[in-house]
Amino acid sequence: MQLTPDEEAALSGRHGDIMQMAYRILAATGEATGAERLVPVEWVHLSGVNYNTIGDAGEEFLRSIRDRARVRVRTTLNPMGFDIDSVGSYDIGEEFVRKQRSIQESYAMMGVETSFSCVPYDIFPMPRPGSQVAFAESNAAIHANSLDGLHTNKESAFSALASALTGKSPYGPLRQDMPPDTAVEMAVPDPTELEWGMLGYFAGRVCEGHAGICGAERPDSRDCKAICGGMGTSGTCGRFSFGGDLSGREKVEFGPAEAAGIRDELNTAEKGDVIILGSPQLSFGEISNLVAMLGGRRFAKRCMVFCPRVVKERAAAVGYLDVLERANCTLLADCCACLTPLVSAETTDSVTTNSIKGAYYLGHSNGVGVCLKSLSRIIREETI
Amino acid sequence: MVGGRARGTVMRSFRPINFLGMIDKRTGMVGDKSHDLHGRRLAGSILVFPNGSGSSVGAYTIHSLHSQGVAPAAMICERADLTVATGCAVAGIPMAVATKSEMDVLHEGARALVDTDAGILEVES
Repeated sequence: MQLTPDEEAALSGRHGDIMQMAYRILAATGEATGAERLVPVEWVHLSGVNYNTIGDAGEEFLRSIRDRARVRVRTTLNPMGFDIDSVGSYDIGEEFVRKQRSIQESYAMMGVETSFSCVPYDIFPMPRPGSQVAFAESNAAIHANSLDGLHTNKESAFSALASALTGKSPYGPLRQDMPPDTAVEMAVPDPTELEWGMLGYFAGRVCEGHAGICGAERPDSRDCKAICGGMGTSGTCGRFSFGGDLSGREKVEFGPAEAAGIRDELNTAEKGDVIILGSPQLSFGEISNLVAMLGGRRFAKRCMVFCPRVVKERAAAVGYLDVLERANCTLLADCCACLTPLVSAETTDSVTTNSIKGAYYLGHSNGVGVCLKSLSRIIREETI
Repeated sequence: MVGGRARGTVMRSFRPINFLGMIDKRTGMVGDKSHDLHGRRLAGSILVFPNGSGSSVGAYTIHSLHSQGVAPAAMICERADLTVATGCAVAGIPMAVATKSEMDVLHEGARALVDTDAGILEVES
């Protein structure tokens, strides 16, 4: 990758150790993406926030740089481990809360907007199409490239942090108009968000960078979010599109047999003790839709609903929070189902969810059994 | 991709690794039952695998493994991905992308010397 004299100076340490680290990360990112130069980015979204995921090493790393590191562009943040409104009702140790607070403080000191959301595209105004951004959260990066007209590498937590500190990112193939490398045909009839999530998970494994989806029209925003979540979980693929020219591409079918294979892998329980919605976090539109789908019924078991804080506040303002609480739902802001200490094998045997991303991390990392059902089936079978 | 020199025993996987979902960040143990390295510890190995996958936070997992002293001595992939490249860059773990023919000689249990600055890969069979 070609660096300007000023960038070379930073890499050699002449602008201090923080800038040197940032440029080392960008150099590795440039090699990995085959980029020839760095370009300015106007918005960075960071991952690496939940103490459960980054641990003591991550907390110490952020604490060690926070006095000297400052972000140079607008920077927003992924979810943390809990919702401060209700953390007292869960069995979360004092140490977890203290370390999580330290992480929050580190990011705030660096100038990061502590938005604690994995769905920046649902809660912030989008820059004009064609803008360069750097999104670390995998579902958000895929959403930005596929649905918002933005351009980002499929950043890592560190490549995005380096972009926040420098305002730059390697000009990799996903930042340019990278054509689809593989065609994936949706061959499951009448897919719900569950099958779209499975298609994303499947496409993430078979496509390298850009999945061209055929055999169906682009579905609604809930289904598209499910594709983003599933795809971000399984692979390195950072973009999908519908209806492009796929001539000459290898074509792979995603049919009932492939869906059954993913179900075999991720569905590990016949039923769940708790229902989990919001992986990725739910938008205000999805919360409104949940209220409408419930139509006055309530869940027969507890339902944890994860959403951004602005969505929880808006739901409270219009009365949905009360409606949902009466329906046996708990709204949780600032955190997400994946790796939250609020769901652990010590307190929960199994969960029911409609999210493929949620199923993967709840099973692999939280260590609980997972029962997969679409939202409409959950409402049909689990409400009274 | 990340410069450095390491010697160790090859641990060979034929499946992508999601560092956040599959690896215990404190012990370096592979916890995913469906993975071909299930139950193995990565510490000190020359870890050879197709590519990293999934969560962007896996880069922190690699940093954590290094802080705990349980990280691989080097990583060699078929395909570059940002999580592995930047995790190794922060942790100072030598990392390189190998050609198909190099991957073929990096079999499980082989002793290998990796020098990613000099572009040297020596495998004792």
